[in-house]
Amino acid sequence: MISTQILVSLAFALFTDGLVGGAVDFVLDDLWGTALELLAALTGFDILALPFMQRAYLAAVCIALIGPLVGSFLVHREMAMIGDTLAHSAFAGVAAGLFANAVSPLSVSPLLTALVVAAVAALLVQALVDHAGAYRDTSLAIVLTGSFAVGSVLVTATDGGIAVGISAYLFGSLATVTRINAALLLAMSVVVIAVVAAAYRPLVYVTFDEVGARAVGLAVTRYSQLLAVLTAVVVVAAMQIMGVILVAAMLVIPVAAATPVRGFTRSIAAGVVAGLLSTVLGVTLSYWYDVAAGGTIVLVAIGIYGVSKGAVWANHRISLGDI
Amino acid sequence: MSAIEVRDVTFAYASEPVVDGVSFDVEEGAFLGLVGPNGSGKTTLLELMIGLRRPDSGSVSLFGEPAVDFADGERIGYVAQDVANANGEMPITVREVVRMGRYPRRLVGCFSDADRRAVEDAIERVGISDLADRRVGRLSGGQRQRVFIARALAGEADLLALDEPTTGVDAESRESFYDLLHELNDEGLTVVLIEHDIGVVTTHTTEIACLNRELYFHGSPEAFVETDALADAYGGSQHVIHHDH
Repeated sequence: MISTQILVSLAFALFTDGLVGGAVDFVLDDLWGTALELLAALTGFDILALPFMQRAYLAAVCIALIGPLVGSFLVHREMAMIGDTLAHSAFAGVAAGLFANAVSPLSVSPLLTALVVAAVAALLVQALVDHAGAYRDTSLAIVLTGSFAVGSVLVTATDGGIAVGISAYLFGSLATVTRINAALLLAMSVVVIAVVAAAYRPLVYVTFDEVGARAVGLAVTRYSQLLAVLTAVVVVAAMQIMGVILVAAMLVIPVAAATPVRGFTRSIAAGVVAGLLSTVLGVTLSYWYDVAAGGTIVLVAIGIYGVSKGAVWANHRISLGDI
Repeated sequence: MSAIEVRDVTFAYASEPVVDGVSFDVEEGAFLGLVGPNGSGKTTLLELMIGLRRPDSGSVSLFGEPAVDFADGERIGYVAQDVANANGEMPITVREVVRMGRYPRRLVGCFSDADRRAVEDAIERVGISDLADRRVGRLSGGQRQRVFIARALAGEADLLALDEPTTGVDAESRESFYDLLHELNDEGLTVVLIEHDIGVVTTHTTEIACLNRELYFHGSPEAFVETDALADAYGGSQHVIHHDH
């Protein structure tokens, strides 16, 4: 356990100072920073030039890309609840990270511990779902509440110092997106997009017709596990801004808003667009009115969902000749 | 050559076997109707036949290989019971589903001209060209069944396994669906069909297997109607089938 922590710290030192650090500077400052400063100059939109808002917008774009991308598979497999469950496991992971930092001299990023715990929980949930069959709601509820219980015990096990840090993860905050976290988020997003691209066809097959997929010889269990772990990564990535309690929304609401679009691949693209509108608008409004980013993003997303449903309804009325 | 060889197969979910000591062959090019009362193990036997389940004892071979280890999955087109009615909210189109037929051979990488042609040919073959860009969830039950058949054809399947495909499909669509199966069978496709309507089975298939845990009959539809296999398999509930008006 200690040796893993040392390894993680060592990896982190390399990450911040070494080659990777150079790449992070290049992407965050030279590419993204310059682009947004240019946009700020062109549009007169000053907040785009603020470094911490630049990181928040980077997180917003990443979340909007990977949330609906993975969420499309979850929603159409009727596994939307798994996002919420893994978010609560990630909370336990964050608490474990903060706890380790408080009681030992090591410094571990809570995001990394969250990632590990959520990924393990993802495999556990998948195993429970596979074995329990019809009782999948029960197994999800046990893992969900169980991890939140572990988290709350860990938070209160110290003298209260980490209770302050934890609330930023519970409700999300623009300020939690440090340079390191922005870089981690970007790396996780690249991994998620690459893995989904590589496994896109079997994932579509398994989502649409699980038994048919098994009959043609696809490793359905493996792909289900992959989807669960991808969900864990998305949840941890999005948690900093969205907060543990609301993070599952980005897996579900943009996907639901995009459901009227014809074609599964096109509906994913539409979900990403809905996600981008929600997060970018949400982050902006959250800064202007100084309210919670996660909540603002979710409210914007629900608004977009409402508009989408309204458009379908109006279209239906027109085609019926009522209007 | 036999497409499927079932040898003394027994399978139980708990202690009581649902399939017990069943043996028969399905020749390539056959159109087999699997009949039996509700809960007689038809679906389980079909799943054993295409390797989705491993027999507790006995063996199943599929095109000469053990069915559970069968590697060329795309040779089998399986349409599970009610699958056509599930997932109606997924915004997937007919063409996207038929393209899945090619996925086992092409899990990554661009579709070749041959892949695209196979997809379009399959869509045309089952007569759903005008529906290709429609959402599968918006189609009628009969149209959806054709989408699944097209997916199997796009994968150049040699065996089609269908579990009560026309449940909830209106009589006219049902008739034309079975005509299509008949034509595909004439073209060389092996078909295994579970169907509760004995009339449909005796008119469209080339052989019948009658099951109620054990195999009661296997042979031609003509011989089937001459025997008491049906009455034996249905046991005491036989009087429910015949109505005197």
